[in-house]
Amino acid sequence: MLTEQERQAIEEEIARSYDRQAACIGALSILQYGRGWISDEAIADLADLLGMTRDELDGVATFYSLVFRRPMGRHVLKVCDGAVCWMLGGQSLLEHLEQKLGVERGGTTADGRFTLLPICCLGDCDHAPVMMVDDQLVRNLTPEMLDRLIAGEEMPAR
Amino acid sequence: MAPVLTRNIRPGGPPTGLREYEAAGGYVALRQALTRHTPAELVAMVSEADLKGRGGAGFPMGQKWAGLPPFEQSERPRIYIANLDEMEPGTFKDRFLVEGDPHQLLEGLAISAYACQAELGYIFVRDEYVEPARVLSRALAEAEQAGYVGRNILGTDFSFELHIHMSAGRYICGEAMAILNAMEGKRAIPRTKPPYEVQSGAWGKPTVVNNVETLCCVPHIVERGPAWFKALGKAKDAGTKIYGVSGRVKRPGSFELPMGSTLRELVEEHAGGMQEGYRFRAALPGGASTMFLDSSEMEVPLEFESLKEIGCYFGTGTVIVLDDHTCPVGLVHNLQRFYSRESCGWCTPCRDGLPWIEGILAGLEEGRGEPGDLDLLRELCHHIHGNTFCALALGAVVSIESGLVKLRAEYEAHLGQSGCPWKDRH
Repeated sequence: MLTEQERQAIEEEIARSYDRQAACIGALSILQYGRGWISDEAIADLADLLGMTRDELDGVATFYSLVFRRPMGRHVLKVCDGAVCWMLGGQSLLEHLEQKLGVERGGTTADGRFTLLPICCLGDCDHAPVMMVDDQLVRNLTPEMLDRLIAGEEMPAR
Repeated sequence: MAPVLTRNIRPGGPPTGLREYEAAGGYVALRQALTRHTPAELVAMVSEADLKGRGGAGFPMGQKWAGLPPFEQSERPRIYIANLDEMEPGTFKDRFLVEGDPHQLLEGLAISAYACQAELGYIFVRDEYVEPARVLSRALAEAEQAGYVGRNILGTDFSFELHIHMSAGRYICGEAMAILNAMEGKRAIPRTKPPYEVQSGAWGKPTVVNNVETLCCVPHIVERGPAWFKALGKAKDAGTKIYGVSGRVKRPGSFELPMGSTLRELVEEHAGGMQEGYRFRAALPGGASTMFLDSSEMEVPLEFESLKEIGCYFGTGTVIVLDDHTCPVGLVHNLQRFYSRESCGWCTPCRDGLPWIEGILAGLEEGRGEPGDLDLLRELCHHIHGNTFCALALGAVVSIESGLVKLRAEYEAHLGQSGCPWKDRH
């Protein structure tokens, strides 16, 4: 079931959009922002609201890489694996996180705290290597910064 | 060179707000465009200025606008899309422009929409560009309140409703025909053309799609004129460019310079040359989907025309520098992992060809390379050329093809059992 708040936010998105289907990515983002991921049930409810078939909407949801169709950790770590970050040590930083968190890329830690994802070029190559911690871009990464992140410290603002 | 696109940008500083933008002469061009020029005159102006698309393809803006059907005969609303789906590896100039001076984009978009008689517009933003989206959102609210965007702009008959559309991942969304499907809330598969988007685009309406940097040039062309814009270039192309340099250089960053500045100027003067202990091996002049230039090509003007003469693409003009400690095959392999992952899956040469290529490169890196591999790579690239539904796969193969020529020795060093000679060198 969609909550009243979700339904209202989605209707506002629809009002701003060309038509109901055009609002579907925005609507998926609204649901994902609150819930962390998009379940089969969410697809069914949203499809009904938008007037799309479930297959159509799931086809969209599974095409876009940042719509998550599985439960995610409380924090999503997106480590850039683009060409420049790769040249400047991004691979070993990703491996460092895998090792310290005990999870492979794509996976979520057992305690549900972090999901670790590689992501394509984040468009900040002059500060490589970079990553995103939820909505925050963190640049000029070092292993020490990653350890501070794992220890629960805030990452430096830009 | 007096700054043009960067005149209001403070590197590392906050975005320029509306008052500051106006005080520096902002939105004067919009007023000029709406009150002194007809849309047809603006199309002619931009054509004469020889403004080329800075999203990667370098298509002449004036030619794109001239491809729209006559207004009286076209479906409405016409739609204008600013492409901020910047995801080409090595490219960071649009983020730089938007975070530094968001009103410049809004003004360029409003003028361009008027020229194309578009009533509805979207800024298509990749999901990960959270900060650019925030900056744009605030600027858009300011601009609407001041009457620069929205209904009856500056008291004229021209109305332009502008929205920010956040995407949800996938590189292919930035492709000009795929973006239309993305806007419609569908899988972002590219469309066959013709019809081109200017004839039948989003929701079947005439749609113009332009890169952010391209749009940022428009207010300046209107204010100072096409002749001025053309004279800014040092070689054959017009205007200034936000060049970028990244890799193991001393001062990676964004640099606004005349179009046609050379690789040597960029890498050695502006980016400070290579870091201690590293030497220049080659560079991709415009992000991942361009061809390698080597040290014999440092004096080539980096622009569309001059690079075309030597069989190269200019792409986005953000230079990826390859140093001598980095395995060239490893770099190309990284790029192919990206392209094959980002393939939308629609057409066979891309969907099946790119992973095949990626597998061969993995084999070279891991000591499973065989002499026939290099010929096979070339053959696969040849089969992909011209046989795909869009240019993503073309972008993928050009670094392989050029690398096989210019980085041949390093490729051959991977043949045989030992694999990558760089593996212990990082």
